Amino acid sequence: MTRIELTVNGQKQSDEVEPRLLLVHYLRETLGLRAANVGCDTTSCGACTVLLDGKSVKSCTVLAVQASGHEVTTAEGLATDAGLHPVQAAFRENHGLQCGFCTPGMVMATVGLLSENPHPTEDEVRAGLEGNFCRCTGYHNIVRAVLGAADALAGGGGSSSSSAADSTDNTAPASTEVTA
Amino acid sequence: MIPAPFEYVAAESPEHALQLLAEHGDDAKLLAGGHSLLPMMKLRLATPEVLVDIGSLGDLAGISVDGDELVIGATTRHADLAASDLVRADAPLLAYAAGQVGDPQIRHRGTIGGSLSHADPAADLPMAVVALGASVVIDGPAGPRTVSADDFFQGFFETTLGADELLTAVRVPRRPGVPWGYQKFVRRANDWAIVGVAAIDGRIALANMGATPLRATAAEQALAAGASAVEAAGHAAEGTSPGEDIHADSEYRRHLARVLTRRALEHQTG
Repeated sequence: MTRIELTVNGQKQSDEVEPRLLLVHYLRETLGLRAANVGCDTTSCGACTVLLDGKSVKSCTVLAVQASGHEVTTAEGLATDAGLHPVQAAFRENHGLQCGFCTPGMVMATVGLLSENPHPTEDEVRAGLEGNFCRCTGYHNIVRAVLGAADALAGGGGSSSSSAADSTDNTAPASTEVTA
Repeated sequence: MIPAPFEYVAAESPEHALQLLAEHGDDAKLLAGGHSLLPMMKLRLATPEVLVDIGSLGDLAGISVDGDELVIGATTRHADLAASDLVRADAPLLAYAAGQVGDPQIRHRGTIGGSLSHADPAADLPMAVVALGASVVIDGPAGPRTVSADDFFQGFFETTLGADELLTAVRVPRRPGVPWGYQKFVRRANDWAIVGVAAIDGRIALANMGATPLRATAAEQALAAGASAVEAAGHAAEGTSPGEDIHADSEYRRHLARVLTRRALEHQTG
């Protein structure tokens, strides 16, 4: 067993773990944080995406011991007393989900993407979510949600990204009211 | 999928890592980003008894200039390589290749030293360092040595790296403004190349056309003799031995090598 000390969603954690314990299992089984899902378990699908020191990673391919001394953020750590995180709100606003299994990973990948590129084009959103699969194939609304979140995080003003959402009739406009 | 049990040691320095390797020999594996090793351990294709974690050693990460070469620390992550102003200016082919590896999450974890040591012939960075004429710096019980990328890759997932040695850095010739081409043929998101081609300054490297990343020697010789891109590309598959899998048979891979080499020579940036 190895002692790990890390911060998860702002809270210090200290546990004795087997070195082979994967971060996703530590989060789900040890801490009871079950937003990150185990999908493919082969570093492909992104359902287990969390932030490690602010950067998106697939927690099925990180050992819990590798996260010792670092900060982990899961989807449970996004919302505050004031309400949903703007990315969560944008996914709700734009119905950026179908069955919902990929959603926590999509949301965390989006938070990571927008921290690196706050004003992505639609192409950059699609490339930025290359590591996250939606087996319902609900990508269009997910992309709209990410663009909406970028607008919301930028202060709700119309940004260059708004023109990138495609022009089908049911395009949900990016809304200012999603800002928590 | 859960890896088989192992003992975990976080190395405190490169010297400590070498000590641990000397102590445990073949039973130990180095862990950096873990994005090649951990998937293999989860499938129990690799069952090391000891993992020596070098992922947090600041000494081994980072990018600097040494004369006419860039020196890239072994644990420099793909995302940092792809975003580095220095690499984008002096070895843009390498920055681009790093941005082609896997997906953003994988690029946040995977390291150049890990990718080269793993030596997957279908991977981006092995092909890129062969095209660039880079070399790798290796430390071990006998002291440091430098090996050209051409000589480093020995076989299918095999390199010259000994079980008691540590790849510490990659040295890449600085060639700002030199045109380069990069072609990666894939059928799925975040996949390895079915065939890949990297070309710069008369050198052409191929991914997934044999057991190691290969030079397209016949095509290079044709170029040097004044052949056009189309003529040279016609020789790109000579001397290769591509495998067959569900994505492509050998003949289709040879066809792709010729087509992608032509594209890599005709569509150059820099």
